[in-house]
Amino acid sequence: MRPSNVLRRALLGAALTTSLLAIPALPARAAEPIRIGELNSYKAQPAFLDPYRKGMQLAVKQINEAGGVDGRPLELISRDDGGNPGDAIRVAEELVTREGADIIAGTFLSHVGLAVADFAKRRKVFFLAAEPLTDKLTWADGNRYTFRLRPSTYMQVAMLMPAAIGVKRKRWAIVYPNYEYGQSAAETFKTLLRAAQPDVEFVAEQATPLGKVDAGPVAQALADAKPDAVFNVLFGPDLAKFVREANTRGALEGTFVVSLLSGEPEYLDPLKDEAPVGWVVTGYPWYSITTPEHQAFLTAYVDAYGEPPRLGSIVGYTTIRSIAAGVAKAGGTDTEKLVDAFAGLEVDGPFGPFTYRASDHQATIGAFVGTLALRDGQGVMVAPVYVDGASVLPSDAEVRKLRPAAD
Amino acid sequence: MSLDSLLFQAVNGLASASGLFLVAAGLSVIFGVTRIVNMAHGSFYMLGLYIAVTLAPLLGEHLGGAAGFWGGIAGATLAVALLGAAVERVLLRRLYNAPELYQLLATFALLLIINDAALFLWGPEDILGPRAPGLSGSVELLGRRLPQYDVFLALIGPVVLVGLHLLLTRTRFGRLIRAATQDREMVAALGINEALLFTAVFALGAGIAGFGGALQMAREPASLSLDLSVLGEAFVVVVVGGMGSIKGAYLAAVLVAEVKALCTALGVIEIAGYTFNMSWLTLVAEFLVMAVVLVLRPHGLFGRALAATKAGEAEPPLLPLDRRGRALVLAAILLFAAMPLIGMFFRYAPVLALDMVIAALFAASLHFVMGPGGMASFGHAAYFGLGAYGTAFAATQLGLSTPLAFATGIGTAAAGAALFGWFCVRLEGVYFTMLTLAFAQIVWSIVYQWEDVTGGSNGLFGVWPDWPFDSRAGLYLAALAVALGGLALLRRIVFAPFGLALRAGRDSRLRAEASGIPVARVRWLSFALAGTLCGAAGGLFAFAKGSISPEAISVGRSIDGLVMVLLGGVQSLMGPLLGAGAFTLLQDTVMRETDYWRALLGLVILVLVLLFPFGIAGGLRRVARLRRAGGAR
Amino acid sequence: MSAPSPVLAVRGIAKSYGGVRALDGVSFEIAAGELLALIGPNGAGKSTCFNIVNGQLRPDAGTVHILGRDVTGLPPRRIAGLGVGRTFQVAAVFPSMTALENVQMALIAARRGVFGFWHPARRIAREEALALLEQTGMGAQAERPAAALAYGDVKRLELAMALAGEPKLLLMDEPTAGMAAGERREMIALVRRLTRARGLAVLFTEHSMDVVFGHADRAIVLARGRLIADGPVDAVRRDPLVREVYLGGTRPGREARP
Repeated sequence: MRPSNVLRRALLGAALTTSLLAIPALPARAAEPIRIGELNSYKAQPAFLDPYRKGMQLAVKQINEAGGVDGRPLELISRDDGGNPGDAIRVAEELVTREGADIIAGTFLSHVGLAVADFAKRRKVFFLAAEPLTDKLTWADGNRYTFRLRPSTYMQVAMLMPAAIGVKRKRWAIVYPNYEYGQSAAETFKTLLRAAQPDVEFVAEQATPLGKVDAGPVAQALADAKPDAVFNVLFGPDLAKFVREANTRGALEGTFVVSLLSGEPEYLDPLKDEAPVGWVVTGYPWYSITTPEHQAFLTAYVDAYGEPPRLGSIVGYTTIRSIAAGVAKAGGTDTEKLVDAFAGLEVDGPFGPFTYRASDHQATIGAFVGTLALRDGQGVMVAPVYVDGASVLPSDAEVRKLRPAAD
Repeated sequence: MSLDSLLFQAVNGLASASGLFLVAAGLSVIFGVTRIVNMAHGSFYMLGLYIAVTLAPLLGEHLGGAAGFWGGIAGATLAVALLGAAVERVLLRRLYNAPELYQLLATFALLLIINDAALFLWGPEDILGPRAPGLSGSVELLGRRLPQYDVFLALIGPVVLVGLHLLLTRTRFGRLIRAATQDREMVAALGINEALLFTAVFALGAGIAGFGGALQMAREPASLSLDLSVLGEAFVVVVVGGMGSIKGAYLAAVLVAEVKALCTALGVIEIAGYTFNMSWLTLVAEFLVMAVVLVLRPHGLFGRALAATKAGEAEPPLLPLDRRGRALVLAAILLFAAMPLIGMFFRYAPVLALDMVIAALFAASLHFVMGPGGMASFGHAAYFGLGAYGTAFAATQLGLSTPLAFATGIGTAAAGAALFGWFCVRLEGVYFTMLTLAFAQIVWSIVYQWEDVTGGSNGLFGVWPDWPFDSRAGLYLAALAVALGGLALLRRIVFAPFGLALRAGRDSRLRAEASGIPVARVRWLSFALAGTLCGAAGGLFAFAKGSISPEAISVGRSIDGLVMVLLGGVQSLMGPLLGAGAFTLLQDTVMRETDYWRALLGLVILVLVLLFPFGIAGGLRRVARLRRAGGAR
Repeated sequence: MSAPSPVLAVRGIAKSYGGVRALDGVSFEIAAGELLALIGPNGAGKSTCFNIVNGQLRPDAGTVHILGRDVTGLPPRRIAGLGVGRTFQVAAVFPSMTALENVQMALIAARRGVFGFWHPARRIAREEALALLEQTGMGAQAERPAAALAYGDVKRLELAMALAGEPKLLLMDEPTAGMAAGERREMIALVRRLTRARGLAVLFTEHSMDVVFGHADRAIVLARGRLIADGPVDAVRRDPLVREVYLGGTRPGREARP
């Protein structure tokens, strides 16, 4: 940040504080900005969140240039949440108390998202969780004030199920990072596959420490179990290590692999020409989506930043779009009205229209499923199919059972 | 599970062991000679990898792939060694007279700065380097394919081991290193250029770490999380092997790597009808190994008792507060008590103040064992976490009322501290430090994986206190009262016979025992007491945040505590309070100011350490003394 | 020397290190009021013998009785609790405390008051501590940090601490090591005075022969792990075996220090 910027921020902050101090009960003027307090683990997860922030800023710019929402401009106040719930709660408090945020949004890590969701319930603040994947956020621990944009772990796994069931393999192995996301992805996968294919056998399960996979031994242990198919949940550096070891050892030769998130450019691009060809993955093939909504987004994004978008860009962009749509529908930023407006809210995003379900507050935005291949020394998803989130979500009735805690 | 596959996995383990050994060997050499616990060692490793993946393609374009790859590794090694030398000359040299562990603070700041520098230079995305030309294939072994590069790695460890051994035994430089490792004063007495020796040793240690990192180019991508993840393992290997023993480090690396490979190879097993996934143990295998080794062999596999280092100057006698001091403390208490009123105008102030109050109790409890007790704990977060989880579990799962839940949390922490403390206080110096770390990591990994009770990696939430603590002011005032009570108790004890005996055991265990002080029991009790109060801080934290997650037990949290104590000043009872306040405020402020807030935080800590090598409290005392001296004239 | 029950009785102690006999069947006694020097050339087993008596080492064979009680193998702390004071070759005190606090600490420990959590230690046993400091000539330095004391004063402070709790036996490992010649004589004279007045038994090791022959009542001489002489200092000085060990075996001179 340039010094002049810091100075401006500081002055603005001082002015804001003063105005809040002097006249706390001043009625909102017509052009009072809509303050979005956004917090995320920028420092802990830069690869995903840099593009995310660019996506958000693009959306804010577009909306404000078009006159804002009901004449009110959007103001984005972004903070690092420190990558842990303790700091995140303090930051959320700061956004609400000092910055006077009307809405809070963001978070990436599941436990941070859950903690902030709980905070939102407690302080009765509207919270749009952008990225945490955990199913608990909208189901077991869902609450009135929390909505989630990104497809959950369950949804992502469910999107891969047609491919996994379709190959009719008997001996499956699973490898996943050893924390809630990996564990619940593995559980969901097993449950769904058993339901569709009762004679399936899970011959190996490797839970590896996040970011510290011992790739050689893990790849070997999988191969030794002689599976004919593998479900992979590793991502990031773990994925790169695993793929390279598996290639060198021929550990997955002739094995069918379905893999979560591996088609997202954030995780696919670093693999370069070693991208594992033939894996069926969820992801974001920005290069082959031809819908007009996406084309418009892509052009604007590349114009603004001179680089292609990542999935983070889509999430950031759509988060802001969602909030704008919600505020417009609620006719303001009153929390209770916003909550009511978000139930069943329809939003147009780069992936097309989607809805925030009233039953579990989960957005029905989908993801793409495709097969990895190499093109110009770079991994790409070929024949990507957009799977609508609504098509993999349980029915409202089932969801009610999954959501004991909510209102 | 066939024998072949186990054997094969054992060979796999050797390749991993070489990687571990290389990071650990550098750390061991540096610690042996300089007694610096180098927190930036993982950063050297990470930089080695980043520089290698940058250089290799660049050189490769001009010289061909093989020359590029190996040239990249050589270049990275050299660059990191130079950086190590620079760090020693520019930074650490200024801190050799500061109390022990202040170098730790400085290298911690360095860790923060280097991480952000890498982010700035290389961007956030992982960078996967080229495979090793000529070694990218595999060899057939036991009917399986073993990567050639793994064979190479498995061999390079012993090669470096032998090389280091020759360096240490056959050269003058090596003999100096060994002499300095055993007796630093002697080297100074022999008229050897100590400054040059230290610089050279730091360059050597950093260079080995850089080399280890660069060699991973063919196996894993350069990523920003490497520094911390490697650091913990390196510590474990050094300590398990015995501080300063290179041979020990290699054996320890093999032991750790093989245990992990075995856990991986066994996979899901069935014992007495229960299925258990052994691969879960890889999360904590190294720390389990360390705990077992240290309990059985208090100086690691090949370590000897460390010659006591002259810990700089003895700290000045602790004095009760004078009138002005009492007035200042009273003013501070009043200010904090008035925070809910202040909050009517500055709504964020009580939020921040609550974090400060909790941090103060956390830091003061750590200071109790670290300052008067002389036992630097790297695992104090364990008791914070036990207190927090105990409270959260009692409040959410058992449905206990707020005071009862809080008491449960404190009880949990007390039990944990009493149990682990019993093992830890038997150890001295850095071995004590590392055993506390091992226990904390074990607690962390249990909490992290015991989904039913602890909520696993997501933690527990909905931990909100009931009336009258359910308002911001109510909770704040209660927390303030608890913290003040805890602080007053600690202060009282420090000046009581028990506190005196604790300091006596730190100053001279020999004398204390000869005077009839049961030093081990005094230490144990002080450890348990500190853990108990730390648990209280944890309980308050759970209520303040409404949630608790495994981070509360992580190494990071323990390090935060150390930083607070050192920043404030370990030789003063006010130090931890000032440090906790300053650190909380700093972190809150810098996190808002810039994307590169970690580097900024590191820089501020660095400046503070250089300006006040005895912490903020030490600095203030010096200023006061100067002013008094000026007034007297 | 015919006290019915000696303060310290060592009987037949032996200790080996990896097959090397460091100490072999050593026996001796000390009576109340007696100043006994333990001497011998380097490697004779002095330290081993001394450390077995004070509890730092456990003998392979033999017993140690203090005031009639078998203390063989008890840890130093327990032996201290039986009324045994100690000083070390390199004086060990608590440098972060004042001289007064050092002695107060020793007094508190001797009275088993270590587990006091409430009353400020500063007010405990203050008068007695000051008196002890007076007796060792440290009265004027009571409020100074031990770290700031001159080495001779640290040795005096250590003596004051060793005397806290009215010990019956004082074990002193080279009480004058590291001191200048004048200081040595003063120190040993002080020890002599204080122990006489208190009827204390003292066992000390010493390198300086003029200290030994000038002040000790009796001396025992070790060579290669065996006791070769035990008697009044004048007799020991004339003992041909002792003369051979000192003059023939190692470097000549009254100072056997290497």
